[in-house]
Amino acid sequence: MSQAVPYSAQFINLFASVILLLAFAMLAQRRVLPLINLFAYQGFVLAVSTAAVAYMTRQHHLYWSAGLTLGLKALLLPWILHRLVRRLHVKWDIESLIAIPTTMLVGIGLVIIAFNVALPISQLSSTITRGTLGIALASVMLSFLMMITRTKAVPQVVGFLAMENGLFLAATSATYGMPMVVELGIALDVLVGAIILGVFFFQIREQFDSLDIRNMEKLKDS
Amino acid sequence: MPALLSLDVLLIAALAWFAVGLAGLLAPRNTGFIAKILFPIGALVGAIAGATALRFLGDSPQVAVLAIGLPDLPFHLRLDNLTAVFAILLGFVSVGISVFAAGYFRHGEGTAPGLLCFEYHLFLASMLMVLLADDGYAFMVAWESMALSSFFLVTTDHRHAEIRRAGYLYLLIAHVGAIAILLSFGVMTKGSGDYSFDGMRAQQLSPFWSSAAFLLALFGFGAKAGLLPVHVWLPEAHPAAPSPVSAMMSGVMLKTAIYGLLRVSFDLIGTTIWWWGVVALLVGLATAAFGVLYSTVQSDMKRLLAYSSIENIGLIAVAIGLTLIFHAYKMDGLAALAMTAALYHCLAHSGFKSLLFLATGSVLHATKERSLGKLGGPIHRMPWVAWLALTGVIAGAGLPPLSGFVSEWLLLQGFLFSPGLPHPWLNMIVPVGAALVALVAALAGFAMVKFFGIIFLGQMREENLKDAHDAGWWERAGLAWLGLITVLLGVLPTTAISHINAATHQLLGVGLGERLAAQGWWMLAPISPGRASYEPVIFLCVIAASVLLGRWLVRRLYHGRVRRTQAWDCGYWFQGPRAQDTAEGFSQPIRRIFEPMFRMERHFPGVRDEKPYYSVKVEDHFWHWLYLPIAKLAGGVSTLIIRLQGGRIAIYLLYSFLTLILLLLVARPT
Repeated sequence: MSQAVPYSAQFINLFASVILLLAFAMLAQRRVLPLINLFAYQGFVLAVSTAAVAYMTRQHHLYWSAGLTLGLKALLLPWILHRLVRRLHVKWDIESLIAIPTTMLVGIGLVIIAFNVALPISQLSSTITRGTLGIALASVMLSFLMMITRTKAVPQVVGFLAMENGLFLAATSATYGMPMVVELGIALDVLVGAIILGVFFFQIREQFDSLDIRNMEKLKDS
Repeated sequence: MPALLSLDVLLIAALAWFAVGLAGLLAPRNTGFIAKILFPIGALVGAIAGATALRFLGDSPQVAVLAIGLPDLPFHLRLDNLTAVFAILLGFVSVGISVFAAGYFRHGEGTAPGLLCFEYHLFLASMLMVLLADDGYAFMVAWESMALSSFFLVTTDHRHAEIRRAGYLYLLIAHVGAIAILLSFGVMTKGSGDYSFDGMRAQQLSPFWSSAAFLLALFGFGAKAGLLPVHVWLPEAHPAAPSPVSAMMSGVMLKTAIYGLLRVSFDLIGTTIWWWGVVALLVGLATAAFGVLYSTVQSDMKRLLAYSSIENIGLIAVAIGLTLIFHAYKMDGLAALAMTAALYHCLAHSGFKSLLFLATGSVLHATKERSLGKLGGPIHRMPWVAWLALTGVIAGAGLPPLSGFVSEWLLLQGFLFSPGLPHPWLNMIVPVGAALVALVAALAGFAMVKFFGIIFLGQMREENLKDAHDAGWWERAGLAWLGLITVLLGVLPTTAISHINAATHQLLGVGLGERLAAQGWWMLAPISPGRASYEPVIFLCVIAASVLLGRWLVRRLYHGRVRRTQAWDCGYWFQGPRAQDTAEGFSQPIRRIFEPMFRMERHFPGVRDEKPYYSVKVEDHFWHWLYLPIAKLAGGVSTLIIRLQGGRIAIYLLYSFLTLILLLLVARPT
């Protein structure tokens, strides 16, 4: 694998690594509002990288995907989340179940696993972007890890949405994106999911006077 | 217009029942419409179904494929003689029960009458579909609809916790049984994926797998029929259900399980191994002895009948076991005799047991009392119910000249010829079984005497029994119809056997009918007139003549005076209702003799007790030896699994995360 990598692929790899970096940053972030901002940056970088792929491979439908990503994940969803956080007054610290440094170490382990797992798949793929598949998988896993380790509801939702970012990156890198219908469907799902979860935030807070989901253990049968 | 096949008529009957049930949902609270119009229509449909099946007997099988069901998996239906015999049973017995129900459900009990009507007719329709089904899929669909509709019927009065518990137990055991049946079908397809019964008939199974199929079927159908050790639901569910439902379950539903067992063991498996018969025989003997012993000690009239049903199912299983043994040794005449006994007992039992259950319903409505210890004396208040119940009681006790005697007599005849078996152990052990059957018959007589004597005879044990009234005309008609069936089956056994002969022929290739037809309709001599014969009509005439003669002599000699006076009081001046034998007292000798068979908790009054009382609680050993350990084990395993359920979202996410990583690592292409 020592042949010269074309510039286009290098650009794409650069964007992908920025996404991974942002995923780590989100994992390490202790506050809610910066977390949402990081999520918005990740969406933005994802949109740019998709547009770059579209430009280099002449896959015009990917422009639509990029636009959709930009509108939805970089602008609309962060705006909704911002509003929610302001209305719920939960701007302050995030409690983590595991200490942040430990989480980071676990995250590094996950990245190693993801790259190893993705290697045989990316060898099967013939796309210019195949190198980013491991990164995509890693960012899915990191987002998942964030969902596990956070105790408050808002970061969990951010984790959920960031996981979708990772999946989108994986789809772009492995097969130049999914069919438009599927993509639109997923985008709509994410939007509706975010709105429903927003409603649930209010419900949870009304029930327990906090957004700490550890309270939900009380719902268990005896 | 092409003539309607019998199969089509039966199918229409099933649909009609379904439609009647749906009609009940239209006006769920209109008791008058449902009771006085829909239930009689249901009875009419039953009569048509029964008559069609009766006319069909002896014809060649008819098949049909229905385009309902899953894609590529249509319902196969088939009407043959075995189906027809059980369809006759279902049709005609349901007539009596539906007519009775028309009078019975006047108040509505718990569930809205319309819903009850729907469940009841769905139950009937699904039982008919069970009989008609010709592939495993259709059979299981009908079987489960039957189980579910009867579950809802059992829990009609679902506001009582013990009724819900009974229903749950019933549903649980029904499903365990259904799994065994499904597995049995699976074994019989031999992995070919062809679940039609024709496909199963075509498979040649090795002895191991055919034995597995038979044992699974015996267990699965036994769970529905109430064979040991999966009988526990029966004495709980029957008393919980309204009386017409108990009658339908005991009289007809248990027989569908017998039908399934016969269908699998004689039709689908194709081979017969002698020890299957021994297993069925032993299980049947144990069930019969267990059922009759427990029925003698019950104090609740419906529980008594429920245990008696267990006993009768045991006897049927004994007859099936004998048939299997004889069939395996190619002793065709004797196999036909035992099979006839089994089928005849199905018919007889469904007649008289439905009759008795319905009679308990009438008594329950008239007195609001189901405990034997608080009844007594209503024979004067409700003569119709009492005399018709007496018919059922005589048949249930296996006394001539009614139906119960015929089948038990045939069964014992089958036993008496078993020394001809070419197996040294068998021909020594089987007569011991005959002795046990005789004991069971005697004890059944005891239980029936207890049932009738304590409920209907003697003095009234409680004040409020004075208000008891006889059943209405609908109820009387239903009871009388079932009484008629019982009498006809008792008096005309040769005619009846010539009809069920076709089913015996189909399963075994031989029948009893031809030999009997040669001897004339009045005589029943299964082997030869020289060895043993039974002439029910002559029996009946002699009994009737001696009763009439006795009555005439009494009138003649005592000038027709009837004096009501104190019984001989042994020097005690007080002869109140409390001085009568109670239900518990009556069966005390049995409890004493068979003490190890019962698990009893007794409380005796002490000398210095302020309020002395005596109580006895008889429990089933199986609960403590089999069911409670299983329940405890299941509980232990569940508490282990509950630990997985932390209730914390992070934990659940972690589970899926770890699974994901594990799968990624394991399923990794190399």
